[in-house]
Amino acid sequence: MNAFSMILARDLRIAFRRFGEVSTPLLFFVIVVSLFPLALSPNADVLREVGTGVLWVSALLSSLLALEGLFRGDADDGSLEQLMLSPVPLGITVLAKVAAHWLIAVLPLIALVPVLALSYALPLQALPTMIAALLLATPTLSVLIAIGAALTVSLRRGGSLVGLLILPMTAPLLIFGSRATDFGVHGEPTAGPLYLLAALAVSAVALGPVAIAAAIRVGVE
Amino acid sequence: MTSPVALRARDLAVWRGERCLFEGLDFDLAERQLAVVIGPNGAGKTTLLRVLAGLSLPSAGTLTWHGAPVGSLPLEQRGAIAYRGHLDGLKKDLTVLENLRFHATIWGGSAAVEPLLQELKLVEVANSRVRHLSAGQQRRTALATLKLSNAKLWILDEPTTNLDAEGRARILDWIRQHRAAGGAAVVATHQPDEFSEPGTLLMEL
Repeated sequence: MNAFSMILARDLRIAFRRFGEVSTPLLFFVIVVSLFPLALSPNADVLREVGTGVLWVSALLSSLLALEGLFRGDADDGSLEQLMLSPVPLGITVLAKVAAHWLIAVLPLIALVPVLALSYALPLQALPTMIAALLLATPTLSVLIAIGAALTVSLRRGGSLVGLLILPMTAPLLIFGSRATDFGVHGEPTAGPLYLLAALAVSAVALGPVAIAAAIRVGVE
Repeated sequence: MTSPVALRARDLAVWRGERCLFEGLDFDLAERQLAVVIGPNGAGKTTLLRVLAGLSLPSAGTLTWHGAPVGSLPLEQRGAIAYRGHLDGLKKDLTVLENLRFHATIWGGSAAVEPLLQELKLVEVANSRVRHLSAGQQRRTALATLKLSNAKLWILDEPTTNLDAEGRARILDWIRQHRAAGGAAVVATHQPDEFSEPGTLLMEL
């Protein structure tokens, strides 16, 4: 546990010292979401109709942007080799790293969602559901992206490849997440899809580290 | 006095695509023994060292550390092998002290950080980010992390690169101390004379 918090603290500290890099995906998220009304129509009815989908897909892509290089920094300076050889089980190490990046890159993104949702004229009553769905879906998403990031760790331009590998697998998250939000918008019960997202999150956090660790061993050759 | 065998390789081979870097490599490295790997650039020294550390898999052959395969060491043996390659393994945005404290916690070593800083003349730069250090200082910081582990086997890839005469003497001294304490070491180098002494296992690729 000590090692877990040490790795988490290390990654948070590094992220705060390179704030520019960390904030890029957030700005990307805001800009992409703001582009849709320009391309579609500023009409509130149209925006309300597409708002859920736009926010979910944009959040997905921004998370991909934020996490695809999760292990590359450590691989480039040799820290990853050291972490692999150290007495700390690799599963704990990668879980700490994923947790750190979720806190740095994904949580602020979710914090921005209420503001952006209002600009899409989504009803206030739908906001709690949307936030809950994002909080439940993003841990699974982060673990999936981390598997892709681990497999492509030794490739110079691995980013787009991670997208090709991982985005198809995120379909269930997108379906249940936007469905839950849609139910929220129309005032229907939302427990079903939220429970499913929670179940996925629990299995991802429990099984994901094993998969990520295995992927790193393959990726680092 | 014969020490028990620590690292045992049998019929080790590594292929990279169509090219054979080495094959049929057999050796026994005993506790307290030093192995020196020599060979021209591109002969596969680094590859061999990465295989010995368990970071890469050999194409064929077996490699065991006290009887357990190096790729899957049992829990109590994890952290027994330390590897220092061309990459420093330091975070450039953290200070020297932060890097060393991190290594000390992760590797669970018993050595204290402060005396090590003094020994390596890193006290003045202890609170500077590694990014702002000279190449030699970075190298010394990277080698300092070796002392913060309890590893029994040191695998060092050209450890004297970027070091001045004093730094070289220190690393040689450390290897000697490490072996006196029951450890073993594998060193890849272009200056085998620096390391060789009677009983050294010489591997030429």
